[in-house]
Amino acid sequence: MHSFQFDVAHLLASGLVLASFMLLYQDRMFGVINVFVLHAVLLAMAVAWQAYVQDAPHLYITAAIALVFKGTVIPVALYRIVRRLDIHRNIEKVVGVGSTMLIGIGLVSLSIAVMLPVTHRAGAFTSEDLVFALAVVLLGLLMMTTRRNAVSQVIGFMSLENGLILAAAGAKGMPLVVEISVAFSVLIAFIVIGVFLFRIRERFDSVDVQALDRFRGDRG
Amino acid sequence: MTNPASIAEPLVLIVPAAAAAILALLPSYRISSKLNVLATLITLSAALTLVVHRPNPSAYLLVDDLNVFLIVLNTFVGFTASAFSAGYIEHELENGKLTPTYLRFYHAMYQVLMFGMNLALMANNIGLMWVAIELATLTTVLMVGIYRTHEAIEAAWKYFILGSVGIALALFGTIIVYLAALPVVGEGLDAMAWNVLTTRSAEFDPALLNLAFVFLLLGYGTKVGLAPLHAWLPDAHAEGPTPISAVLSGLLLNVALYAVLRFKILLAANAGALAPGPLMVVMGLASLSFAAFMLYRRRDIKRFFAYSSIEHMGIATFAFGMGGPLANFAGLLHMAMHSLTKSAIFYSVGHVAQVKGTQRIKDIGGLTASHPLLGWSLVAGVLAIAGLPPFGIFMSEFLVLSSTFARQPLLAVPFAFGLLIAFGALIWRLHKMAFGDPGEAKHVPGPSGLKLLAVFGHLTLVFVAGFYLPPALTAWFRHVALLLG
Repeated sequence: MHSFQFDVAHLLASGLVLASFMLLYQDRMFGVINVFVLHAVLLAMAVAWQAYVQDAPHLYITAAIALVFKGTVIPVALYRIVRRLDIHRNIEKVVGVGSTMLIGIGLVSLSIAVMLPVTHRAGAFTSEDLVFALAVVLLGLLMMTTRRNAVSQVIGFMSLENGLILAAAGAKGMPLVVEISVAFSVLIAFIVIGVFLFRIRERFDSVDVQALDRFRGDRG
Repeated sequence: MTNPASIAEPLVLIVPAAAAAILALLPSYRISSKLNVLATLITLSAALTLVVHRPNPSAYLLVDDLNVFLIVLNTFVGFTASAFSAGYIEHELENGKLTPTYLRFYHAMYQVLMFGMNLALMANNIGLMWVAIELATLTTVLMVGIYRTHEAIEAAWKYFILGSVGIALALFGTIIVYLAALPVVGEGLDAMAWNVLTTRSAEFDPALLNLAFVFLLLGYGTKVGLAPLHAWLPDAHAEGPTPISAVLSGLLLNVALYAVLRFKILLAANAGALAPGPLMVVMGLASLSFAAFMLYRRRDIKRFFAYSSIEHMGIATFAFGMGGPLANFAGLLHMAMHSLTKSAIFYSVGHVAQVKGTQRIKDIGGLTASHPLLGWSLVAGVLAIAGLPPFGIFMSEFLVLSSTFARQPLLAVPFAFGLLIAFGALIWRLHKMAFGDPGEAKHVPGPSGLKLLAVFGHLTLVFVAGFYLPPALTAWFRHVALLLG
């Protein structure tokens, strides 16, 4: 029963999960950004494939946004920020690479265990798409919690958003409103982050969030 | 003959949106602050029209019994907060904490925030509601960071990261709800429309609904400030401008709780789905007890009242988790009373921080002696929030407690215990601030009675609600309580 269409969708979505894993073990800023470009390109392909399979032309727009905005504009901007702030190498991880990868594998198994039995009625196509999407979301969360550097937290957040878009694209016939608005919110979100990064850079010499911890909520 | 509702409904959204555009372009902050008040006043009157004339649900907008009360509450507190803000920012300008350029941005953002919250409440589409809540979140992130101090930026960053994660989980839940509706309702907008989902949720796949609710509760629960997802809340309240703290506490938390309630209705109507009640009871109780103990260790006055907000959102969530007509009634009442009382407290706290020049509780003392009017209004506000009769919060807490005793006496014990612990903390701190030693700092004249008008207005409403609710309002709350199941 597994058609060619299914196999390609499967391949692209699982590629996204792999790219999420690759994000976890990068130890250079530029490496993280490069892998994120790969992540965005894979997402664009996966969404475009869904558009073709479901015969839903509006999904091509979502794919294009992913390719142009996340795959090109943002990485270029991040490159500039990293260079200007001179933070090429300081990726500080809270947890070591080995244990991060193990936790990551655990999260992927968790999403399979949770999603597959629940979504089987929606059909194998949607079901597996959702499993991968949840895995990408969870890995994005993991990246956000294991990195201290603000730029890599931002990338973790964007990879998480990629997982959400994968899920939205896999849900058959989900109205256009959502895809556009998601993409749009990401844009806004990014502007916000940009503002923040500049503010932080203006006031401090580092965007390491830990450096801001002079002040701790609970002591106040 | 045109139906007034067909004009009023779009006005609630168009006025803030248009005002945001105008305020962004207007260079004079004096005119802006007045225009800000005017815009919120027009929005409020449009919202009041909706109470009488109910528009028909359209593809994207819906006004029904549940949200109309929150829309009115939202626009009302939005109005009083803008009036308070007009006096507050003048002082911040004199202090040099804000510049006119920032104020332009501040006023525009204030209206965007009102737009986002009204849209979230009125949206007839689960996706649109999500977008609106995200918009409201992003604006408040910018507002929290507006002072650009070390602390403000850290608070805003923390709020941004935690808020985004919450909102991302909520979107995942939203997508799953759509998938659950898909086989029953069919593709397209209908499968995301509240009025369709609510009537047909009994036929949805229960397993999908369960999964969705877990994500939605965690996601929107982060925005409600439920423990253990509350970490952003105290910092965001303490470091932003005080009018924003009032709006955050009084309104945005309610909007997020409203989202949870809407999804709870879907699950309640589905026989096969898990009961959402116990999850909400646990989270509500955890927030209440945690915040009650944390209140004792707070040293910053705004952070202190932020923890009190966590406590009260916990109480409301607990009430809705218990379910049943009486507890739901109490929960709705509690949302309204907390919103009015807490914003009144933040208005007074804003003035207190300005006359004393500090937010540290240690350095604030003897307010009733040095600034009688301000001091006593803070006393009244804190007594109300602590749940003393005859204020409205006493009534709602009493109703929650008695309905819990009637059905689950064992749950009522930790609930009452949490209330008492929080009560102790509030009175202890209040005693020192209101009646302690005023210190030797030079005397700064307090705000005039006119500037405290919003505080008096809110507290009067809460006071009256403590012993008299208009029969129409009671009947209506009852009806909504039944809807909530």
